[in-house]
Amino acid sequence: MTVAEKQLRTPRRPEPGTSVPVIAGAESFGTLTEQITSVVLTRPTPLFWYCTFGVAMAALIMFVISVTYLLYRGVGVFGIEVPVAWAFAITNFVWWIGIGHAGTLISAILLLLNQGWRNSINRFAEAMTIFAVMCAGLFPLIHLGRPWIFYWLLPYPNTMHVQPQFRSPLVWDVFAVSTYATVSLLFWYLGMIPDLASLRDRSRNRLAYGFYGVLSLGWRGASRHWRFHETASILLAGLATPLVLSVHTVVSFDFTIAILPGWHSTIFPPYFVAGAIYSGFAMVLILAIPIRKVYHLENLVTERHLNNCAKLMLATGLILAYTYAIEPFTSWYSGDTFEMAVVHYRAVGPHSWTFWLTLTCNVFIPQLLWFRKFRTDPKRLFFVSFVILYGMWVERYMIIITSLHRDFLPSAWSNFIASPWDVSVLVGSIGLFVVCFLLFVRFLPMISMFEMRELLPFSRPGGGMEK
Amino acid sequence: MKTDSANNFVSLAALTHGERGKRYWRSLEELSCSPEYQECLHTEFPENATEFLDEVSRRRFLQLAAASLGLAGLTGCTRQPPEHILPYVNPPENVIPGRPLFFATAVPVAGVAEGVLVESHLGRPTKVEGNPEHPASLGATSVHSQASVLDLYDPDRAKEISRLGVWQSAEDFQIALRESIAPLQSGGGDRFRILTDTVTSPTLGDQIQAVLSMFPGAKWHQYDGAGPHSARAGALMAFGRPVHTYYRFDKADVVLALDSDFLACGEGATRFAHDFANRRAGGDRSDMNRLYSVESSMTSTGGKGDHRLPLTYSEVELFARDLCAAVGVPGVTASGSPIHPEWITAISHDLIGHRGAGVVIPGSHHSPAVHAMCHAMNAVLGNVGRTVTHTDPLEVQSIDQIASLRELVTDMESGNVDVLLIMGGNPVYNAPADFDFRSHLHKVKTTIRVGLHSDETATECHWQVPETHFLEDWGDTRAFDGTVTILQPLILPLYDSTPYLRLLDSIVKPPGRSSYAIVRAYWQINAGSGNFEQWWRKSVHDGLIAGSALPSITPPLKTHWAGELASPPQQGIELVFRPDPYLYDGRYANNTWLQELPQPMTKLTWDNAVHLSPVTARQLKVGNQERVELNCRGRTVEASVWISPGQPENSATIHLGWGRSHSGRAGTGAGFDAYRLRTSDALWCGSGLQIRKIDKNYPLATTQLQQSMEGRDLILSATAAEYKNNPNFASQASKQPATELTLYPQWNYTGYAWGMSIDLTRCVNCNACVVACQAENNIPVVGKEQVLARRAMHWLRIDTYYEGDPANPRAFYQPVPCMQCEDAPCELVCPVQATNHSSEGLNDMVYNRCVGTRYCSNNCPYKVRRFNFLLFQDWVTEQTKLQRNPDVTVRSRGVMEKCTYCVQRIRETDIQSRVEDRFIRDGEVQTACQQACPTQAIIFGDINNHDNHVAKLKALNLNYALLAELNTRPRTTYLAELRNPNPELKSNS
Repeated sequence: MTVAEKQLRTPRRPEPGTSVPVIAGAESFGTLTEQITSVVLTRPTPLFWYCTFGVAMAALIMFVISVTYLLYRGVGVFGIEVPVAWAFAITNFVWWIGIGHAGTLISAILLLLNQGWRNSINRFAEAMTIFAVMCAGLFPLIHLGRPWIFYWLLPYPNTMHVQPQFRSPLVWDVFAVSTYATVSLLFWYLGMIPDLASLRDRSRNRLAYGFYGVLSLGWRGASRHWRFHETASILLAGLATPLVLSVHTVVSFDFTIAILPGWHSTIFPPYFVAGAIYSGFAMVLILAIPIRKVYHLENLVTERHLNNCAKLMLATGLILAYTYAIEPFTSWYSGDTFEMAVVHYRAVGPHSWTFWLTLTCNVFIPQLLWFRKFRTDPKRLFFVSFVILYGMWVERYMIIITSLHRDFLPSAWSNFIASPWDVSVLVGSIGLFVVCFLLFVRFLPMISMFEMRELLPFSRPGGGMEK
Repeated sequence: MKTDSANNFVSLAALTHGERGKRYWRSLEELSCSPEYQECLHTEFPENATEFLDEVSRRRFLQLAAASLGLAGLTGCTRQPPEHILPYVNPPENVIPGRPLFFATAVPVAGVAEGVLVESHLGRPTKVEGNPEHPASLGATSVHSQASVLDLYDPDRAKEISRLGVWQSAEDFQIALRESIAPLQSGGGDRFRILTDTVTSPTLGDQIQAVLSMFPGAKWHQYDGAGPHSARAGALMAFGRPVHTYYRFDKADVVLALDSDFLACGEGATRFAHDFANRRAGGDRSDMNRLYSVESSMTSTGGKGDHRLPLTYSEVELFARDLCAAVGVPGVTASGSPIHPEWITAISHDLIGHRGAGVVIPGSHHSPAVHAMCHAMNAVLGNVGRTVTHTDPLEVQSIDQIASLRELVTDMESGNVDVLLIMGGNPVYNAPADFDFRSHLHKVKTTIRVGLHSDETATECHWQVPETHFLEDWGDTRAFDGTVTILQPLILPLYDSTPYLRLLDSIVKPPGRSSYAIVRAYWQINAGSGNFEQWWRKSVHDGLIAGSALPSITPPLKTHWAGELASPPQQGIELVFRPDPYLYDGRYANNTWLQELPQPMTKLTWDNAVHLSPVTARQLKVGNQERVELNCRGRTVEASVWISPGQPENSATIHLGWGRSHSGRAGTGAGFDAYRLRTSDALWCGSGLQIRKIDKNYPLATTQLQQSMEGRDLILSATAAEYKNNPNFASQASKQPATELTLYPQWNYTGYAWGMSIDLTRCVNCNACVVACQAENNIPVVGKEQVLARRAMHWLRIDTYYEGDPANPRAFYQPVPCMQCEDAPCELVCPVQATNHSSEGLNDMVYNRCVGTRYCSNNCPYKVRRFNFLLFQDWVTEQTKLQRNPDVTVRSRGVMEKCTYCVQRIRETDIQSRVEDRFIRDGEVQTACQQACPTQAIIFGDINNHDNHVAKLKALNLNYALLAELNTRPRTTYLAELRNPNPELKSNS
């Protein structure tokens, strides 16, 4: 890259009175496409990629070993017990699913709302969703006592003439998550087809040509193709939009349908959805910030993008703060012994550290996002996002553990102690996610080229010649 | 099978040749008993194979032993003398596979037995039930009776005769025995000793006497670690002769338990609890009895009491003395400064006011002085002959066991013993530490040990001879009132064992008759007039010899008996030794059911602990589960601390029977050996205990971490007076929502509707129901580590809650089985329909459908569901498979399980009733917990039939549901607890 090009690409603070451009610096169709496809086809893989891949691969191997041992020995290798029969596995499930919601929000909802700035982040955000849902989907399988018959939760015609029990939220989960996975996958793949075609057209060896050629399904870029593509995108966006709200609502029903105090609460659906978007955006930022630095994408994923994501995080974080405040109030207002006990033990019991850590990470520290410097400076924003992501995991853990370990009968009370396998499976799942994401970054177009092109002035009617 | 030439089996062909029609033969033995065949058989299954020495072949040996069970019929070739065992319900001709038979026998614990009926599935005993006609049982069982069947199948039992670790055949042993004993005859046998534990069996006593008459100079010693030392000494002090005492609690209006856990532990506990509960909760509860408990540890009886006073061991003695004076026992003067004068006044008034209807019962482990004082008080209060019965001692020969053992040790030390025959007991482990039994044992030329396990004593002896378990052989024993039961076997001996009777008989009349012959011979002489065969059949069938209860005697108090009362020493912290409620003196250490059974008050498993009061612990600066060194007059042992509410200050309690070194895979290393601190001069209480903290923690596995009710209305309790004023206090406290408050239509239960009522006034926290449930339902044992990880698998648990001052709290017991909620939260959330509701109201658990999401466990507010996190069941040990109940699925890993109201019993009775074209009668189906319960606290039945016992109980105004406000509509409900405190005594009520 020449100095001039670099100068062109460095984002600058906007002058007062003007809006921040979505793409910093002057770009053309060619430079845009070149910038993105070169990551896959021409530029050497950066050292950062190899190092991160190595670490993530190690974690993935640990995951494989842990899950193998788990399947061999039994779900008792985790620290679960009676009464705390759910712990890390369900926490991880809810956490991963929640993370995925930001991707769908960016891809679908922001598309329908015509927010152009989402175009540079939606591809890898949606990829993040796919991989997050994949990681999430593993946990309901491995946390089963007998995972090899997981398919009994599916309503398939069988010789036993038994169907799943449809009043159970776990069955709803099956539908919600599988719908979510399917729609997300379709949406992501469909959106990638024009870009895969670009890669095919620019590929330099037969292997790449064949690979991208098969994947792009014969896309020619004809206007007929584009018309169908646009309609399909809008349709899928329309399908995916309610999923952003419904999937995590259904996941929250895992808790609300139970009678446990602390779980049986109507605030959970909006609480969880807000939390999902919160953690999802945190993950988007955690992925976006290093990627844009390493691959020099600061002109495409600009400060404005970081700023917008941070604002969404702040907003959902405030919803969460409201929930953290309203829950104790509702419990106190109810006068119910068991409800008040849960609130009490959350604040001062043996697992109260989870509660206070949650508040710190999800409410107190994210208030820094009120300050512009924390919203636009990549390093600071990365720190806050990381804290939020960690805090969201602790929040799910807190919800599960604090309600289970001390419920109705004191004789059943207990404390929960995680086992090393709990931790290794969690870390391993993060490894799996990162490996998949890095492979995506390496081999697939990580930014939606055709949508970015739409943002250029040339693609507007009039060719951008107006003032 | 050796395939010789056809010659050997030509006889077979000859037999079948010329037969017309179908002639089936099940086995070759039916077809031929030719000598050649027998020869072949003998070499095929040789008795004296020397290759059964190394590990692999031992397993083969076991397989052969099991095979020999199945092929038992083959021994019909050589005709054995017939031994007819008599089933209780059905005659032998009606053996139907799948239908169990019940045989009456008894479970002896340290010589005192409880009559039981043992359920036998195709020749294998699997479950023990009470014998409704036996006075010690009346249909119920203790924890030891329930767990005894597991002892039969203990894989660590001694299986073969060995000498210094080398396998020997039975013939070798017989030869060696004769060779070592023969030379003693010339000296009259004065270098021959027999050491047994407490012998109450008439036949065994007779056999020993026969041996002693052959060797007049020989001596017979008896020693039991937790034997009746104090009771005997106390009786000697009071009456001048040994006397056995038992009590009639059904006639007692006032009971004072002086450090006695009579409701849950000790001989006759089952019957005592039964009688006590009937007196307490029988009728309309307007005339309840009253229980005062003055004790030096927290026990279930103490928690049941209307008043409880924690005193140290020596203080209890002083208290007894003051009470004697207050009650008017002549010759006893009160101490100058009485402890708790208001207690003395109140209790003495109550006892005097109920002359002839009171009981003062001493703890079996307390000092002889307290025993003597209780005898005196009962005599003065006129209780003897009414609520207190004296009889001759149960033992065949009642001796001072400590003195006897001391004499033996002295003889051994001076080298006066050439042959020592040890039958039962475990003196190396539980002899007083100052006797140093082990080292003196080595001075004996030949030691022979006959016992169930290769334990501490067996490994120090030259000869180890396996003993038969009581379920494997004939014998007899006595119950707490003297009733004799003839023990009949339910299974052929599993291993190469030698019963005591035959071994002794082989000394007197070689080669020794079978136990059957010996027992029959004894009773032929002693049965009295009449047809012996008829008498024998009836006695064996009934499980007791009618009229064999010892007649009551009224020995007069010795004059000046009180002069022998010495002032108890008090110095520093005292250490109280108590026999473990479950392991007793340590003999049950390898019984995994008893190891995992939570102790009644502390809910500890797999370990004992040194119990300290909160105040004492703080003073010593030790915390819960911290490892300490106990130093009792120079002898030390390590232990872990458990802070026990209700433990008196300056007193530590530790249970005996733990810390064993040779007790099989479960017992070895579990807990701490208190016997090391126990000396013969301080058998039950040592003073001057020093506790020093060691820098390590020792986690103790308890099944209940939280023992406070946290202000929740879990156990409703009131005094009798409060109940009289407000009979509806229970229904008022219950927050059951209205029936209309649900979206779903109510299900109409026509037909049977199973329900259960648990009377909290009756439950005494003996935990027999928990073991019964474990035995009946094939519930696995998970081990200490898994209990620490909160994964114990007991379907039924007894919650023990404390309330009030930790120094002396009130205790409440609540058995919690599955509530079988009509509106079950678990059924709602199972994704695969693995738990459903039956039309009879049961919450059914379908094991093979369960995928193990555990949502049902999370949603159960009572937390009664148990999950197989790992493979807890023992798939491998052969003996365990024999014990399992074939009517109940054995669950593998990943599957949820819970109490099923013993659905297998319901179905069995249902089928039987349909076959007979009638309805199930009230009380015909008894759940395992109900059947085992001594106090009949658990009643089960069809609530649709309003005449049924359970329906009537549920109609009482004491009836309430646990956590009723959750609208689960449980089928298991409770009857609120009533206590009857003395209005004169304003403390701890």
